[in-house]
Amino acid sequence: MSGFLGVLRRDLRLSFSGGGEVLTLVLFFVIVGAIVPFAIGPDRALLASIAPGIIWIAAFLAMLLGLDRLFRPDRDDGTLALYRMADMSMASVVAAKVIAHWLTAALPLILASPFLAMILAMDGATFWRTVLSLLLGTPALAAFGAFGAAITVALRRGGLLAPILIAPLCVPVLIFGVGAIAPLGGPDQASSAMLFLAALSLMAFALSPFAAALAIDWGEE
Amino acid sequence: MTQRQVQHRINLKTQGLACGRGDTVLAADLSLEVAAGTALLLRGPNGVGKSTLLLTLAGLLNPLSGNVVFEGADPEAGPFIHHCGHKNAVRPRLSVVETLKFWADINGPGEVTPSTALDRVGLGRAAHLDAGYLSAGQQRRLVLARLLVSPRPVWLLDEPSAALDAAGRDLLAALLADHLRNGGLAVIATHDDITLPGAATLTLGARA
Repeated sequence: MSGFLGVLRRDLRLSFSGGGEVLTLVLFFVIVGAIVPFAIGPDRALLASIAPGIIWIAAFLAMLLGLDRLFRPDRDDGTLALYRMADMSMASVVAAKVIAHWLTAALPLILASPFLAMILAMDGATFWRTVLSLLLGTPALAAFGAFGAAITVALRRGGLLAPILIAPLCVPVLIFGVGAIAPLGGPDQASSAMLFLAALSLMAFALSPFAAALAIDWGEE
Repeated sequence: MTQRQVQHRINLKTQGLACGRGDTVLAADLSLEVAAGTALLLRGPNGVGKSTLLLTLAGLLNPLSGNVVFEGADPEAGPFIHHCGHKNAVRPRLSVVETLKFWADINGPGEVTPSTALDRVGLGRAAHLDAGYLSAGQQRRLVLARLLVSPRPVWLLDEPSAALDAAGRDLLAALLADHLRNGGLAVIATHDDITLPGAATLTLGARA
């Protein structure tokens, strides 16, 4: 357990002590959302109806941006070899890293989402559902992302490959994430979409550490 | 992940060990025997396979043929090998003592606290400095402190004296002597003269 907390503490410390990384992701998230009104014109009704999708796409892209720092710096400086000799399983290292990734790459986006809601003319009820769906859905994105980053960490130029690999895995998250905000067939479907989203996150977080640990061990040999 | 004493004595034996990268065999038919309380110095020119042999002994690379056996190792007792490669695994933005605490956390802490270990390797005054400010030799000393905070009976060191000054090399020799006296085992790849009583030397690439 001390190892798990040690990895978590170190990753959080490294992300926040530089300051720049987290802020860059948040700015990217806000900017992606902010340029959409310029591109499609100032139609309030249209903006409000596509706002949930825009927020989800912005969050998805911003989280993909942060993927490359998950394992690659550790591999480059030798920490990954240290993890393989450590008194803890690689799966628990990955689990700690997924949590740290969510705390540094997803939570700040959720905290910044009121800005986007304002720019995209969302009403209050939709905004709160957006926050809830992001809270429930982003853990799945973090877990799938860790899996993709683990597969590509041994490749020298794998940084851009990870987002391409995991994009298909993330499609259901986006479908249910947007479905939970903008119900097509009434409020009942929204709550079941929300439950599906939570289930996806739980499943992804439970399985991805083991898959990622396997990928890292195979990649290093 | 409780505190562990230096475990019972472990002997290292290899039989017909061949190691290399991919299809390239670097060292073949190695039959080593290193008993607890003794050390083996690996020597040989650059690129002859010293680091690869250490990685293979550590289990980080698969042997091309043959096997590596650690006699007396208890598989239930957790990992028993420290491997120190070329890379120091030091991240600039963490402080020295944070780095060492992190290593103690993941490797399982022992009786030596991080601050005691830092004093031992001569980094006591730099404890709260960012690790990025350390010189190459100081980073190497920090790596030596990693061996102290988590007691493990097998040390596989890859050029531990690189970038160390004369005092640092004496420190390394003293740490190794302590380790061997406590029943530990060490395999060290080096180009420097490390004075260790009773250390055997294996020169790789002599036949070629």
